[in-house]
Amino acid sequence: MAGLHKSDFANPVINWIDTRLPIFTMMQKEYGTFPTPKNFNYFWNFGALAVVALVVMIVTGIFLAMNYTPNVTMAFDSVERIMRDVNYGWLIRYVHMNGASMFFIVVYIHIFRGLYYGSYKAPRELLWMIGVVLLLLMMATAFMGYVLPWGQMSYWGATVITNLFSAIPVVGPGIVTWLWGGFSVDNPTLNRFFSLHYLLPFVIVGVLFLHVAALHITGSNNPLGIDVKSPQDTLPFHPYYTIKDSVGVCVFLLVWAVLVCFVPNYLGHVDNYTPANPMATPADVVPEWYFLPFYAILRSVPNKLGGVSMMFGSILVMFVLPWFDTSPVRSCRFRPIYRQLMWVLVADALLLGAVGAHPPQGIWVVIGRVCTAYYFLHFLVILPFLGKLERPLPLPESISRPVIAGGGGGLPGGAPAKPMEKP
Amino acid sequence: MRPAILLPAFVLPAFVLIGAALLAVPARAQESETPPLVHQHWSFDGVFGTFDNAAAQRGLQVYQQVCSACHSMKQMYYRNLAGIGLNEDQIKAFAAAILVPGPADESGQPTQRPALPSDHFKSPFPNDEAARAANGGALPPDQSVLEKAREGGPDYIYALLNGYSDPPAGMKMQQGMNYNRYFPGNQIAMPQPLHGNDVTYVDGTPSSLEQEAHDVTTFLAFAANPELNERHATGVKAVLFLVFLTGITYALKRKIWADVH
Repeated sequence: MAGLHKSDFANPVINWIDTRLPIFTMMQKEYGTFPTPKNFNYFWNFGALAVVALVVMIVTGIFLAMNYTPNVTMAFDSVERIMRDVNYGWLIRYVHMNGASMFFIVVYIHIFRGLYYGSYKAPRELLWMIGVVLLLLMMATAFMGYVLPWGQMSYWGATVITNLFSAIPVVGPGIVTWLWGGFSVDNPTLNRFFSLHYLLPFVIVGVLFLHVAALHITGSNNPLGIDVKSPQDTLPFHPYYTIKDSVGVCVFLLVWAVLVCFVPNYLGHVDNYTPANPMATPADVVPEWYFLPFYAILRSVPNKLGGVSMMFGSILVMFVLPWFDTSPVRSCRFRPIYRQLMWVLVADALLLGAVGAHPPQGIWVVIGRVCTAYYFLHFLVILPFLGKLERPLPLPESISRPVIAGGGGGLPGGAPAKPMEKP
Repeated sequence: MRPAILLPAFVLPAFVLIGAALLAVPARAQESETPPLVHQHWSFDGVFGTFDNAAAQRGLQVYQQVCSACHSMKQMYYRNLAGIGLNEDQIKAFAAAILVPGPADESGQPTQRPALPSDHFKSPFPNDEAARAANGGALPPDQSVLEKAREGGPDYIYALLNGYSDPPAGMKMQQGMNYNRYFPGNQIAMPQPLHGNDVTYVDGTPSSLEQEAHDVTTFLAFAANPELNERHATGVKAVLFLVFLTGITYALKRKIWADVH
């Protein structure tokens, strides 16, 4: 139905706009009074931090693009010119370079929070799946961005990763040639990666909008993993969570500033300060730290197609996670066994990262294979069975009346909690 | 099943494994039979570090009189030397002593002119092929960002410059290669560049090998990070500001949340 919106805003200009396009009403509803569970811990900061990272990356990236030249003979020098001759170019470039790491750190913690507190479970499956799409887009963007300075790791990283597609039977080699725009990684590859590296962040913004829209339909999960039962369980988003997120943003920027100003190259690889040379392979081609676990999975499988499938599979498995986890209880707080397995999974992922950083020799091959197997075991075998076998602890009645305060599970300290009837 | 029993059973071994893995990481740098790098004291180390201009200027002298015979430094302009404390007249004089290709004369023949502060550092060879031809097939790497392009940074460069000796008995050296205990593989094409007393420092500092190596490394660190002084100063201010901002934001958060139970 068409019709003017009845705006409640007193300011005549805002009222005039809001009557015709109720964006002020919408903002007030979604970010002002939006009812949010009152029991968030600081893990719930990380979605907002990821948005801050995305905005900073886009802004710094736009200024970098004004001074960058996507040509194989000039790319490396143009980045050095940004570092030396562009006003505050060193700051913009180091913020952007370390921003990729900061973005992945907060997104990985955001994903951990989703896994630990069961944020992927009904009714938030689609919200979760859109998040996995965001992760894939981020990875593609980061990979192509790393190619742009056209250092040795840029070039050889691009060569190794694009070559993965050649593992696809029949059409693989054709796809690789098509990706490269030629018969090796060369100027056409650099040009298209620059174009796509500029495009994809805006695709991320679009998909992020869907992610947030879906979140505002289901409402947020919370550390107890139980549904909001009454208005007493919630607080208006503003000022309670705007201020709590602001605390997190300050700390986040602090860490970022320390990286940029004192150890800007700590997370990078020294070889990327040597210009790309197709005639000389670096001793060891390694990706950026945030890809190391996936690189470890890739190299743990002796068969190329198998390795590539497992690597992509390690992310695709996230899409089916909401259905493979059969437990109706969301939060790890009430799943004593899953809670420990969750930390084992974290340890497994960190170990895979260490494996990815080492040449595939000796003990690292064994650790890599065990960890890869365990990763898939966790999602595809343990989770479906655990949901049926595990006896969850008693759930609190509501967010505002935790189990300790009520009668249900209030047992003397030290005694094992009485398992709830299996739902 | 009691959760308290599971915890050590699963989690502890996992973390022990991680600990072992992380401890093993530094071992990677030593794979090519080079001794571990000794950390030197650098003026530009640490949060408040800035370049020691006197050392960097001596290092410039070493670069100019020794390194630049083979190594280019293409990203640098003579005007950048203001960053290590040279004034405008000194930079003009330094550049003017170097001849660079000028415009063609009226008969179309190439000419030479004294360099200006706005010129790039002159490269010793017209192209990589000429550089290889003059150096037994090996290409002397450009030194603009060399300090950032080597694992260990300044400590590695310092160690390499001090790392020449006769090869150990029984080691078979390839034709034209030199033994250096810090170079990966221990065989380096570059002959020992510094021996001590290679330059006469204008400030009268005795030019021992260690002194020259230290000074030229400081200069190379400057060439790779000309923004370092400003970056560190910005960092100190940014951290102080953000710590303060975090504090008042947290205080405000406590105040706003005070009535929530």
